[in-house]
Amino acid sequence: MAGATSHFSRMDMRDRRRSLLPLLKKTHETDGFLSRESIGRLARKLRMSENEIYGVATFFPQFRFTPPGKYHIQVCLGNACHLGGAPNFMEGMKIERGLEDGRTSPDGVLSLQGVGCLGCCAMAPVVVVNGGIHGRMNRVTFMKLVDSLAPREEES
Amino acid sequence: MSAPRTKRNPARKRPPSSSKAQAPGPKTRILVCESTACLSSKSHEIREALEKEVSKLGLKDGIEVGFTGCHGFCQIGPIVAVEPDGILYCRVKPNDAKEIAASLSAGGRPVDRLFYRHPVTKEVVPRYEDIVFYKKQRRIILRNCGLINPEKIADYEERGGYRALRKAVTSMTPDQVVDEVKRAGLRGRGGAGFPTWSKWDICRRQPGGEKYVIANANESAPGAFMDRSLLEADPHTVIEGLALLGYAVGARQGYIYCRAEYSLAARRARVALEQAYGKKYLGRGVLGSGFDFDVEIFEGGGTFVSGEETALLSSLEGSRNMPRPRPPYPAVKGLWGKPTIIDNVKTLASVPSIIAEGAEWYASVGSGNGGSTGTTVFALTGKVANAGIAEVPLGTPLSTLIYEIGGGVPGKKGLKAVQTGGPSGGFLPGNKIEIPLDFDSLQEAGSIMGSSGIMVMDDDTCLVDAARTFLAFVQSESCGKCVACRVGTRHMLGLLDKIGSGKADEADLVRLEKLAVIVRDSSLCGLGKTAPIPVLTALKYFRSEFIAHVVDKRCPAAVCRDLITFRIIPDRCTGCQMCVKVCPTEAITGPRSQPHNLDQSKCVKCRSCYEVCKFDAVAGEAIIIVS
Repeated sequence: MAGATSHFSRMDMRDRRRSLLPLLKKTHETDGFLSRESIGRLARKLRMSENEIYGVATFFPQFRFTPPGKYHIQVCLGNACHLGGAPNFMEGMKIERGLEDGRTSPDGVLSLQGVGCLGCCAMAPVVVVNGGIHGRMNRVTFMKLVDSLAPREEES
Repeated sequence: MSAPRTKRNPARKRPPSSSKAQAPGPKTRILVCESTACLSSKSHEIREALEKEVSKLGLKDGIEVGFTGCHGFCQIGPIVAVEPDGILYCRVKPNDAKEIAASLSAGGRPVDRLFYRHPVTKEVVPRYEDIVFYKKQRRIILRNCGLINPEKIADYEERGGYRALRKAVTSMTPDQVVDEVKRAGLRGRGGAGFPTWSKWDICRRQPGGEKYVIANANESAPGAFMDRSLLEADPHTVIEGLALLGYAVGARQGYIYCRAEYSLAARRARVALEQAYGKKYLGRGVLGSGFDFDVEIFEGGGTFVSGEETALLSSLEGSRNMPRPRPPYPAVKGLWGKPTIIDNVKTLASVPSIIAEGAEWYASVGSGNGGSTGTTVFALTGKVANAGIAEVPLGTPLSTLIYEIGGGVPGKKGLKAVQTGGPSGGFLPGNKIEIPLDFDSLQEAGSIMGSSGIMVMDDDTCLVDAARTFLAFVQSESCGKCVACRVGTRHMLGLLDKIGSGKADEADLVRLEKLAVIVRDSSLCGLGKTAPIPVLTALKYFRSEFIAHVVDKRCPAAVCRDLITFRIIPDRCTGCQMCVKVCPTEAITGPRSQPHNLDQSKCVKCRSCYEVCKFDAVAGEAIIIVS
């Protein structure tokens, strides 16, 4: 870590600022979310204020600030998927599993996130679970998929 | 109406220099599509299975199993092509590998059951070039997509790659490059359609040595995925175009700004960069000339506004992606205050062909109407038989794109509206479908070229709901810098909600229209300026549908939740209890084998019963939606 810090202190202001977004992305990939500690670490590394980093990070919907569940479910809400009924999936999660957008279930098994177009419109509506794509879903097949990941009995 | 000068699949004919690589008795190649869409259907497993089967049959010397980027026809994926026969297999599964491999051994016959079948005429088409989806296209930007291995620079070079860059740095001055692009009449393919040469010329004239060039691949418009496909399938074209741009304006540093979610595209572009450096197409002294050029990949945030050029610059500088007022334009004062050119990857991918083949050749493609020369790529989605990406000359009628390439609207429903230009593009009604697709004609009709996404909607679509959806997207993507966009779009959304729930009156329609015009005219950047277009065109062409919502309080397409009810038709219901099981609120009751009851007071209109009845139930379609 000391090596990395000295590397960053040698960088000029432009390079440090330019590396903010790639570093946020990398941290998000390894930790699964952006914690306060990791943001603080980045702030010291890049000599920027934590506030400024939060300002940039919260601008992007792809960054989460709470840890994801064991199964991270992303529902594409792009136009093609919307017309195919994707908002219904979000509602299904809310009514049937009590899970809202951006939340993680109390047992840490499921987390839900509505995302912008994933570019798989030819297979709309699309749901992504831990990076694996499931295409041509409807509310019934979606809820079945969720049940297969986390059986309802365990919930209660 | 320009007749496309399409002969038989010109994509494969161009460029001519590739012929020398066609040595006598070309090796048979099995090419598996490994783009994001096909990979999601496990196409890498197909390739592994094919490799295994081919070596099992002892054909390893005569047959090469390889992969390509996107063919554009994602609807029928995963795609496997067999060259040089030009056979295309669709919806292939790993266990089809055995049959495909066997078909290539001595005396084998192609696998008929995997051929493409026209969704409407049911005609079986074995060969790539005979499929209407490809036949009607003219591929310049996507000329190599699906034909080369994106991770092998030799494949690109074989098809004439880096010929243009060599020509430019060895025998042309930067002025001549700009002039060639000017005579070709190339306009920006990112949406605004600004003359490319003009931007380049302004930047070239700026004093000082520090300039930047950026390829914009921050494609975040829903329903558009051509930039990703291009970068995944043919990253070298973008790199070559960027190097040509750098040479023309005198920049030494280029960036490819790629959306963070497009990890495969970024990975392939990285591999391509390494190879290009290795072959001296990039770096110090490009191809032995005095031109130095470096390229770096920047993975930016996947927000819609980041594609706006000044917002993109903010993001490269490590700030929130917020646009800045223009002027000064980036060509004068861009990244770190230095002259910068930002071009869409499709614009850049057109440049190598222009330099290699000449401006006159490029200008002869397309209708030429108002400087609409060349081709552009459309992403065809929605209620269309053949969804995918298609490249056609500018000026091609919209109907050709939808009915010939797209194969028309599937099912029994009719075409209701077409939205061009992505989420902030306008809706065109069915009777406007002969409109030529070029910058000026679309603008005249009230729509835009935009992100070149084409969304086809059938009679089941409610335009109030559609306009609301698109506006909701743009509203949530608004960066919040200027009041018109931040507050205006929210109020517009509120009015559309009110209309959709049947609580609005006719004065609200007038209010909505007035507000839309204000947002359009007073927003800072392209996002706010185009956000009201869907609403304005929906009101212009589909006003009667809005009237039905506010006056009759009904939704003709039976979509808007507050205006519809679900009913069970007792005669059709067999009492299979499928709907009883899926209903989240226990609104449906009834014993097995007897028509069920739906308690309207408990129904939350989630559509679960409708979907399960339509697809899984014994009798089917016993549940209807009425307005």
